[in-house]
Amino acid sequence: MERKSPVFTAFIYVCAILLAAVILAPLAWLFVMSISPAADLAAKPLRWWPQTADFSRYAQLLSRAENSAGAAFTSSLRNSLEVAGMATLAAVVLAVPAGWAVSRTPSVGWSLSMVIATYMLPPVALSVPLYMGLSWLGLLNNVFGLALIYLTILAPFTTWLMKSGFDSIPREIEAAAMIDGAGLLQTWRIITLPLAAPVVATSALFAVLLAWDEFFYALLFTSDQRAKTLTVAIADLAGGRVSDYGLIATAGVLAALPPVLIGLVMQRALISGLTSGGVKG
Amino acid sequence: MSGTWMTTRAWLLMLPLLAIMVAVIGWPLVDTVRLSFTDAQLVGTAGNYVGFDNYAKMLTSSNFTRTLTTTTWFAVISVAAEMALGVLAALLLNQEFRGRAVLRGLMILPWALPTVVNATLWRLIYNPEYGALNAALTQLHIIDDYRSWLGEPGTALAALIVADCWKNFPLVALIALAALQAVPRDITAAALVDGAGPFNRFRFVILPYLAGPLMVALVLRTIEAFKVFDIIWVMTRGGPANSTRSLSILVYQEAFSFQRAGSGASLALIVTLLVTVLAVVYATLVKKTAGSAA
Repeated sequence: MERKSPVFTAFIYVCAILLAAVILAPLAWLFVMSISPAADLAAKPLRWWPQTADFSRYAQLLSRAENSAGAAFTSSLRNSLEVAGMATLAAVVLAVPAGWAVSRTPSVGWSLSMVIATYMLPPVALSVPLYMGLSWLGLLNNVFGLALIYLTILAPFTTWLMKSGFDSIPREIEAAAMIDGAGLLQTWRIITLPLAAPVVATSALFAVLLAWDEFFYALLFTSDQRAKTLTVAIADLAGGRVSDYGLIATAGVLAALPPVLIGLVMQRALISGLTSGGVKG
Repeated sequence: MSGTWMTTRAWLLMLPLLAIMVAVIGWPLVDTVRLSFTDAQLVGTAGNYVGFDNYAKMLTSSNFTRTLTTTTWFAVISVAAEMALGVLAALLLNQEFRGRAVLRGLMILPWALPTVVNATLWRLIYNPEYGALNAALTQLHIIDDYRSWLGEPGTALAALIVADCWKNFPLVALIALAALQAVPRDITAAALVDGAGPFNRFRFVILPYLAGPLMVALVLRTIEAFKVFDIIWVMTRGGPANSTRSLSILVYQEAFSFQRAGSGASLALIVTLLVTVLAVVYATLVKKTAGSAA
């Protein structure tokens, strides 16, 4: 077995602490900024730890007073939830039958390969006609329009995940149900979907994360509180004339909370989903 | 059940997905091709056919060459750094030490952080007047005066690359770690008995297991880096003096800021072609690596 000299062990611990610091320091600073009084953040030399924790910015952003920073933030939060929810639901509804079909009938697989190959396309290659199309349909600055566009990103990815999920469910189980007289829909309801539930859930979570993260299309296709998503609202704050950097940090913390919590809770499933593509080559 | 019915049923089940994909990807792509041969504006005129004028204009403009260089630098350096840091972190996480599970859990955090929040966070860190980087470096007496990290053409691109690496190297680390855990213990033990040093053990025993998954990560990260828009838009908008402008930002400016849909479309297709060529070259490499590693 590998020899473990004390020097080597010490080296491992130093590296581990260094890695933890590299990962945590920027995140910790984001949170500290969000609760530091504005004077502390503008102090020279900079005060790294606030004298008093100030959570008022959270209340400010989550309040819904007219024309406040809070009104812009809460409406973008709602838009993000709506767009991510609708796009994820639609992506899963499209992905389940398609993923199953490719898994059970490999001869149609080339069409899924083509859909997945569109991942290479930079969004800018689609953006001009999509803009004109949405404008023609009256769906610019509209959460439904944005959710529809998000399918370009979400649907190929969820279908691919669903396909690998169905691959791991033996088709003999389905065949047995069908011999007993169950139709396709019944077989799905009783056998396939319950077995595939974890994969469906993982795919849906990935889809939510992708939609929550999306910025480019939201920047192009939304223009005010009716449809602007969180990412656009935060970019507005970061690039705007807000003088309180703590407020920008607070918006960042709030926007990061849902995906970070999903990431931590779903760690195992997410990592296996992320790495499966890599390991399978 | 007959094969033809199975195939027909499969197509029927795929129909909704394929119909939507044609509507939101297929048609826009074809229309981008059509637009690229016209002088259409984003709003108003439908435009006239102008042949390859847009392509000629875009390819010969100094903006394009400069932006291509910037994007290539960004992609090459950030992806190389992410791969190197990711493999090192994975080798570390593959050792046994207390708190390893917690550290591995932390690695998911930068990946889960939304790209725009990451960009905003680093923009605050680099702030020329109140930023944490300036404060830390001054207090450690490494620099005397506060600097405008994102405001100087000399440092802006490097500052962006650091921010991008911080977010993306943990993903490479997680992929590499999964591959490392597939290396059979008795093989590394045998190499140790045979007297192989740490470098040789990595090069000849471990690397063959890593090569396949790492190639896939390399391909995906390179394509992503070449298409980069979000992090640059939020942190610098391509400035100062266009020193951090990526190809995607150039297309955005042409098509949406200047509303020149026709030339914007031709530029977008040039970028698409570059990414496709990259992807095909890489895919061939992946097949080779997978073949030789097996």
